[in-house]
Amino acid sequence: MKGLIEIDGLTKRYGRTIALGNISMEVGEGEIVGILGPNGSGKSTLLKVIAGLVRPSSGRVTVFGMKPGHGVRKLLAYMSENDYLYRWMTVKELVEWTSKFHDNWSMDKTQALLEFFDIDWGLKVANLSRGMRGRLKVALAFSREVPLYLLDEPLSGIDAASRSKILDILIREYRPENSTILLSTHLVMEAESLFDRAIFLKNGEKIIDEAAENLRDRYGASINNIFIQIYG
Amino acid sequence: MTLILHDRFDENRPIYLQIMEMIKKAIVRGELKPGDRLPSVRELAVMLRVNPNTVQRAYQELEREGVTFTRRGQGKFVTEDVEAIDALKKAFRRELVEHFLKEASETGMSIDDVIKILEELKDEGIN
Repeated sequence: MKGLIEIDGLTKRYGRTIALGNISMEVGEGEIVGILGPNGSGKSTLLKVIAGLVRPSSGRVTVFGMKPGHGVRKLLAYMSENDYLYRWMTVKELVEWTSKFHDNWSMDKTQALLEFFDIDWGLKVANLSRGMRGRLKVALAFSREVPLYLLDEPLSGIDAASRSKILDILIREYRPENSTILLSTHLVMEAESLFDRAIFLKNGEKIIDEAAENLRDRYGASINNIFIQIYG
Repeated sequence: MTLILHDRFDENRPIYLQIMEMIKKAIVRGELKPGDRLPSVRELAVMLRVNPNTVQRAYQELEREGVTFTRRGQGKFVTEDVEAIDALKKAFRRELVEHFLKEASETGMSIDDVIKILEELKDEGIN
């Protein structure tokens, strides 16, 4: 596997707070990597650094061999954990608006994803439930045909049916030969069967970075149970 | 193809091992017959909602054990080797009984206690 993302000694400080402390890691082509940890452990900051939205305080980060930024952004789809969708738009308006700002957009995929998610194009975003808005965010991310998807907390704060549909889409959209997915979550139990590898963050530091099946084998425990042990 | 899918995995154990067991069990129960085609890696990954790489690993191990084989361009198939399937059945049955005996011995039963009960059950006409 080629090192798609290479991170060496990454530190990010906000004033005197250390959001990420001396992180080194590598992500190969075609992996699904779970970035795990409780709130405030640095998951979002890590994804934002890779997406080129947050600048490292120190350390070296390359994505597709480049420094994160404009060139890299064309090659990745980043889904923020925030509820950022414009509420006054209809789904159709939102899709048209969002697609204008992004490369490699496939309307055919948008169509298929919205259908799978049971989202009507004519609905106003303001009238969608949280779960439906969560589905819509994922649909927008996977409407882009890019080799790297960064999904920040796609399962948080939404209903069980929506979580289940989102996990189904992750498996359906993933292509081991040409897509890599980084997925942050604190809902480990539901997502863990998807991971090739799990990276645990604690107070901004990386404490575990290992193949998911190796972890289960070595600890005789699910990744969820390891999570509970570490953060409990 | 009828492959009975079980609720969830026991995620405290490697998932690829459980996929292997699931397929072997389907063969032993006759739900998968010699020469039957297995679902593609993608199909099974979507069905079970697991990483396709995990399914791939299970398929590789099954092939290495001679339980399945690949036809180029057509996919994976259950072995047509009757002896191999017999061996699978034997191993499966043995494992089942060993597992049962282990549980029995944990409740303080000897193998003779077990045999005694089995004979009683047989006399009562339970098969």
